[in-house]
Amino acid sequence: MLRIEGLTAEVEGKQILRGIDLELPQGEVHAIMGPNGSGKSTLSYVLSGREGYEITGGSVTFNGQDLLAMEPEERAASGVFLAFQYPVELPGVGNANFLRTALNAQKRARGEKEVDAMAFLKLAREKLKALQMSDEMLKRNVNVGFSGGEKKRNEVLQMALLNPSLAILDETDSGLDIDALRIVSDGVNALRGPDFSALVITHYQRLLTYIVPDRVHVLMGGRIVRSGGKELALELEAQGYGASAA
Amino acid sequence: MPAVAETIETVQAAQEGGYKWGFETDIEMEFAPKGLNEDIVRFISAKKGEPQWLLDWRLKAFAMWKKMEEPDWAAVNYPRIDYQDLYYYAAPVKKVGPKSLDEVDPELLRTYAKLGIPLKEQAILAGVEGAGDSPSDSGRMPVAVDAVFDSVSVATTFRGELAKKGIIFCSISEAVHDHPELVRQYLGSVVPQGDNFFACLNSAVFTDGSFVYIPKGVRCPMELSTYFRINAKSTGQFERTLIIADEGSHVSYLEGCTAPQRDENQLHAAVVELVAMDDATIKYSTVQNWYPGDAEGKGGIFNFVTKRGACRGARSKISWTQVETGSAVTWKYPSCILQGDDSVGEFYSVAITNNFQQADTGTKMFHIGRNTKSTIVSKGISAGRGQNTYRGLVKIGAKAHGARNFTQCDSLLIGDQCGAHTVPYIENRCATAKVEHEATTSRIAEDQLFYCRARGLNEEEAVGLIVNGFCREVLKELPMEFAVEAQKLLAISLEGSVG
Repeated sequence: MLRIEGLTAEVEGKQILRGIDLELPQGEVHAIMGPNGSGKSTLSYVLSGREGYEITGGSVTFNGQDLLAMEPEERAASGVFLAFQYPVELPGVGNANFLRTALNAQKRARGEKEVDAMAFLKLAREKLKALQMSDEMLKRNVNVGFSGGEKKRNEVLQMALLNPSLAILDETDSGLDIDALRIVSDGVNALRGPDFSALVITHYQRLLTYIVPDRVHVLMGGRIVRSGGKELALELEAQGYGASAA
Repeated sequence: MPAVAETIETVQAAQEGGYKWGFETDIEMEFAPKGLNEDIVRFISAKKGEPQWLLDWRLKAFAMWKKMEEPDWAAVNYPRIDYQDLYYYAAPVKKVGPKSLDEVDPELLRTYAKLGIPLKEQAILAGVEGAGDSPSDSGRMPVAVDAVFDSVSVATTFRGELAKKGIIFCSISEAVHDHPELVRQYLGSVVPQGDNFFACLNSAVFTDGSFVYIPKGVRCPMELSTYFRINAKSTGQFERTLIIADEGSHVSYLEGCTAPQRDENQLHAAVVELVAMDDATIKYSTVQNWYPGDAEGKGGIFNFVTKRGACRGARSKISWTQVETGSAVTWKYPSCILQGDDSVGEFYSVAITNNFQQADTGTKMFHIGRNTKSTIVSKGISAGRGQNTYRGLVKIGAKAHGARNFTQCDSLLIGDQCGAHTVPYIENRCATAKVEHEATTSRIAEDQLFYCRARGLNEEEAVGLIVNGFCREVLKELPMEFAVEAQKLLAISLEGSVG
């Protein structure tokens, strides 16, 4: 269970989040929709612990833990995964090496046994197959020379391997064609279950026809201004965000 | 606090505690009197029972050196060295006569074991016994080792095995006695006595080093290596290495070095000469881990080294790979003289400077023969207040038709108090030659660090991963076991707190 209460945050002295309240029960998928500049990406970075975002008030707990007091890598080890809107390139770092290092870092932090190279390769191949991706993905350097769609697929591959209990998808649909969108959505849907919850941050309703949310929240001006069922997404698509502001 | 600022703090926090090789061996030593004069040169020569021609050669070098000025063109600053305040000869007392491993002082064997250098042939071959202490004893492949302790070689392993193939691997002092014709023919033939201030000093007072001869058509069956250890106080180490690869032969040679941590600066002025005949290949790899000084810049080794290889024969190849993580000041330009037609020179380098370390390093590629090729890949990493300079020369002679050079210099900055400099010289006198130069400078970006951390890596692991990625093109040139060591060393050099 993710619980956000009265969360306010600033970036470079400018207030972006103005008091967010949100409850995401375990096993549910919630969508956060909102226009550009409403604070969607700020929320995802604040939840994953990026530096440069000053928390000025409120609290965030995840399974009872104070998330805001944790380092980004501690959040990752406790099951939080951020799928980046703009995945970062790591020249010279092989994708397989990166993924295994990340997986083992998390396992080490949780006091679990690390996986060796062979076991990892087997696991990675299973996930690749399920996601209809080529083994080639593992041999390339992390996101270097990847198309926009490949980068997003690589995020989903990482998510499948790291098997988080809370995924935050920051505009994962941006820049995806319809086939890539389906692959990415299938990846997320495959993880759905009683131990997985997700916060799907998006500008458009399109993604939500593939990843059907349990709840939809509208973020505007740094606050959740409306919440509802999945039909709210369709209403927003038809009427725009303007109606919510009123 | 931004991630990068935190990295800087982590890096600044790197204390000498991160240098795990800084211990001192307590062993009875014999010293020559401090200072440098003709008598010291004679003393060293006499100590080694050298023939007259070599003493004359040394004295000629010394006479030249007295007239030379210490070079000041490199982008490094260091206090003036008082050449009269150094010991030029320091050797463990007990070492005498023929060197069977059984006769080596156990204290020395323990020292090398602690450094992870196996001086036991059986242990390595079997791959189990006694191999537990050291990360490099994985037992996969035997490595023959020449161990140089201050001024003398204390042991050379696998000599018998190598001799069966006609390979000579011994200390240069022994080679002077056992193979004088080879030493006389090649010593100083690549780096002449008067080449430069430090090489000239070395020519006068060199004490030991390794000698390798690979006969025609022989492929050396194992990696050869020399491990240099400075132990004694106020002592300069002046080693001299000579490697000759005869026609069609092949050898891969590794070099490692460490020193105790001390507040004083110590001088290391080595000369390495390589000669490759027709179709011969020499691969020379260095992991340089001399004590770098502490976080305030106190102490550390002055590493002023002249390394040069001559591709004398057609289709010969010399490849230098270096990982430079240690030393307070590094002044080093492993070079290739590409004389033979179709000969190939390569230089792959990673140089890290952290805290107050300074490195001025690069290469010189002299294209003389036709269709000669050279490749230069240099990766400089600066952290703390480190200063890192790539200095290179590509010189293409008028007759080097079809010569090609490709140079790539990349610099990575960690923090905002360090510096990276690139000084490439290109002199081309041949219209058919082709020279390419690429250079980049970048920082470890905050978004890269955050990306790694969001996946569960801590900051140090993230920096290590990014830096290793940056160096990948060079690290892949190292022999496998060395590459693993080098990767760990990169992480330790940068973090301090990791080790």
